[in-house]
Amino acid sequence: MSEVEETLKRIQNHQGVVGVIVSNSEGIANRTNIDNSTTVQCSSQFSKLCKLARNCIRELDPENDLTFLRVRTKKNEVMCAAGSGPDDHMLLVIQSPSEN
Amino acid sequence: MPTKGTARGKAPPGADKRKAKTIKDDDTITELREDLDDDWTQPKQLVKPDDQLQLSEAELKEEFTRILTANNPHAPQNIVRYSFKDLQYKQTSSVDQLAIHFALDGNLIHKDSDEARRQLARGEQGVEVVSEHQSEAGDVEKADTGTDTEGGEKAEGESGKEGDGAEDGAPTPAPAAGSSSEKKLTNQFNFSERASQTYNNPLRERGTTTEPPPRATYSSNVTQWEIYDAYQEDFEKQEKSKEKKVVPGRKDEETKRKKLTIVDSQSDDISSVARGAKIIERMVNQNTYDDVAQDFKYYEDQSDEYRDQEGTLLPLWKFSYEKAKKLAVTSLCWSPCYTDVFAVGHGSYDFMKQSNGMILFYTLKNPSYPEYMYQTDSGVMCLDIHPTQPYLVAAGFYDGCVGVFNIHENKGGPIYLSTAKTGKHTDPVWQVRWQKEDLDNNLNFFSVSSDGRITAWTLIKNELHYMDVIQLNTNDLLADAVDGSQLATTGAGMSFDFHKQNDYLFLVGTEEGKVHVCSKMYSSTFLDTYNAHHMAVYRVAWNHYHPRIFITCSADWSVKIWDRTNSKPEPVFTFDLNSAVGDVAWAPYSSTVFAAVTTDGKVHVYDLNVNKYEAICEQLVTPKKKTKLTHISFNTEYPVIIVGDDRGYVTCLKLSPNLRKMPKEKKGTEQVKPEEKAAQKLEFEVNKMEKLLAMVRQPDNKEKEKH
Repeated sequence: MSEVEETLKRIQNHQGVVGVIVSNSEGIANRTNIDNSTTVQCSSQFSKLCKLARNCIRELDPENDLTFLRVRTKKNEVMCAAGSGPDDHMLLVIQSPSEN
Repeated sequence: MPTKGTARGKAPPGADKRKAKTIKDDDTITELREDLDDDWTQPKQLVKPDDQLQLSEAELKEEFTRILTANNPHAPQNIVRYSFKDLQYKQTSSVDQLAIHFALDGNLIHKDSDEARRQLARGEQGVEVVSEHQSEAGDVEKADTGTDTEGGEKAEGESGKEGDGAEDGAPTPAPAAGSSSEKKLTNQFNFSERASQTYNNPLRERGTTTEPPPRATYSSNVTQWEIYDAYQEDFEKQEKSKEKKVVPGRKDEETKRKKLTIVDSQSDDISSVARGAKIIERMVNQNTYDDVAQDFKYYEDQSDEYRDQEGTLLPLWKFSYEKAKKLAVTSLCWSPCYTDVFAVGHGSYDFMKQSNGMILFYTLKNPSYPEYMYQTDSGVMCLDIHPTQPYLVAAGFYDGCVGVFNIHENKGGPIYLSTAKTGKHTDPVWQVRWQKEDLDNNLNFFSVSSDGRITAWTLIKNELHYMDVIQLNTNDLLADAVDGSQLATTGAGMSFDFHKQNDYLFLVGTEEGKVHVCSKMYSSTFLDTYNAHHMAVYRVAWNHYHPRIFITCSADWSVKIWDRTNSKPEPVFTFDLNSAVGDVAWAPYSSTVFAAVTTDGKVHVYDLNVNKYEAICEQLVTPKKKTKLTHISFNTEYPVIIVGDDRGYVTCLKLSPNLRKMPKEKKGTEQVKPEEKAAQKLEFEVNKMEKLLAMVRQPDNKEKEKH
């Protein structure tokens, strides 16, 4: 198992992590550990958000780029690692904060 | 003229003729044919004269047979002419049977005839004449048709007339013929006009629909950064093309490389998220350990104010790794460059239970899993991270090897490893320490082992070169063995430390409890030797600020502080910690603060400036009392320490404010340059220590005076 997969597995098993989704730049999920419909919705919506956020950042400074997007919501926190290239994948992790 | 005898009366003329021919046919058929042929020309309704006879069906079908003969029925049979020979009227036998029903003079003339010539000569006049001719002919025609049904005599008369007409017409143009010049007409008769009417093909509309080409609406807004990217890409392309031009010979290699990269990119599709995954792992950990992180950064124990001078340790994260759980922590080392990263060496201090070892790199940002890890066959006893190249880690093993790991190279093992051939130690290596690069800029480090050798290792290309710096031996050079033979007793080095300012000066602690002051220059003798402890010296360490002060700790439960310039070989301070002291460390922020860990699981923190006799903090930090603490290390940046125990756990603890009392900054010193600030701090710390030393010495002196 490659290092990346190990890391992903650790994230999945981490306390409070609800879902891990790896999707391509169009928002089509490659792998996931949650049910299909949620995955599709999540990845498509967040890829849009990422695009918007990237647009925002790059409009301000073209040499700058978006690397991560962290969205804290009422229910949980969504962390999004947005690859910059067209072939890069997007990693989406949903975590419920402090389920203690 | 009508040849039919039917009483049908007058039908339209064209149709009549045809009907006459098909008279025998059934009426219905006739009508059908009509329909087929010229349905479109003729209205269907038959026009019947009012006085038409009404015939019955039988009458209609009755056949009348007529025989057509060449005799003119209207021709007169009794024409008589006066015969002058016989002088009487005689009936002429031959009767003209010719009847002309219609005559029309043609206006075509043979071009070779006289008349044609005349006409040609006439030119324009001729045209008029022709038109006259025509009108005349038209008249004749009219007359002809008008008299169509009348008797033969009239027809005869007419024909006579016609002949007159023709005769009339001929002479009229004659006078003009002479006047006009002869002119040759082009192709008057020598041509044939031919025309044929082809069938009109019925018009047909034919069309096919092809599949419509795919269409898509595309719209996009160009953003500033897209333009920027496009330019950047173009720029890179240009650069590349330039490079290609320079070295055309390398094309093959490039294509090969390209192929390779393609294969690579296909094989691991999610490798692009590797970095992201790593950082997200940290984020996830940050979320779960949010409270700990907050404590690490912001929590200051309020109760310290009421506790006078004592302080506490706040446990923060606990680091452990599944595979290293049964291995004791044998060494701890903070990264000199990254204040959140530290390395942990795992091995075993139990002589009987030796197993494999591990080197783990943790970061405070991810307490759940080590950042890097190396598994070793032999237990790791010590390690040190290079001060300027933090990816290089030297390690010493229980089997006497030393090795160098490079965490940049994704290799499972060390990049350098000493072997039996290349001077490896014969006993466990207790401490390694990086040195400044030598004159050739080669990296080198020192190691100390219980085989008595202190060895300098130099990294040259792919090899590890060694040089013994000092061979430890006990002062009583030879001891008598039982059988009378003499055995050389070598000292067993346990620890060493290099002086902060003087490069050559270093201390060596031995298993016998001695501390040697050595110099790299002299390999045979020691500058000084202290009989410091009764048992193995686990650690010697120079003070961070004061150049003459060092500290030792030992298995004999004691921690001692020494002054190099002290005339007597006595420690300045001695502390009994009621348990074997595994490790001691000076605090990087103060000259008078140090911390020690003991085998009963306690951390002792001393501040000599506050209390010369007792620890200002003595705290049990392990869950079970059985757990032995083995090592301790101060973070250089944050007020935290890490302690390792013999169960493989590393605990991070935060020092409460009382444990890290800093000198109050004087007013107006905020603008001082950092270098000056450091110098001031150094001076302050040295003075602080000096004051202490003076205080310690004074009672001695007083005692002496008393004596």
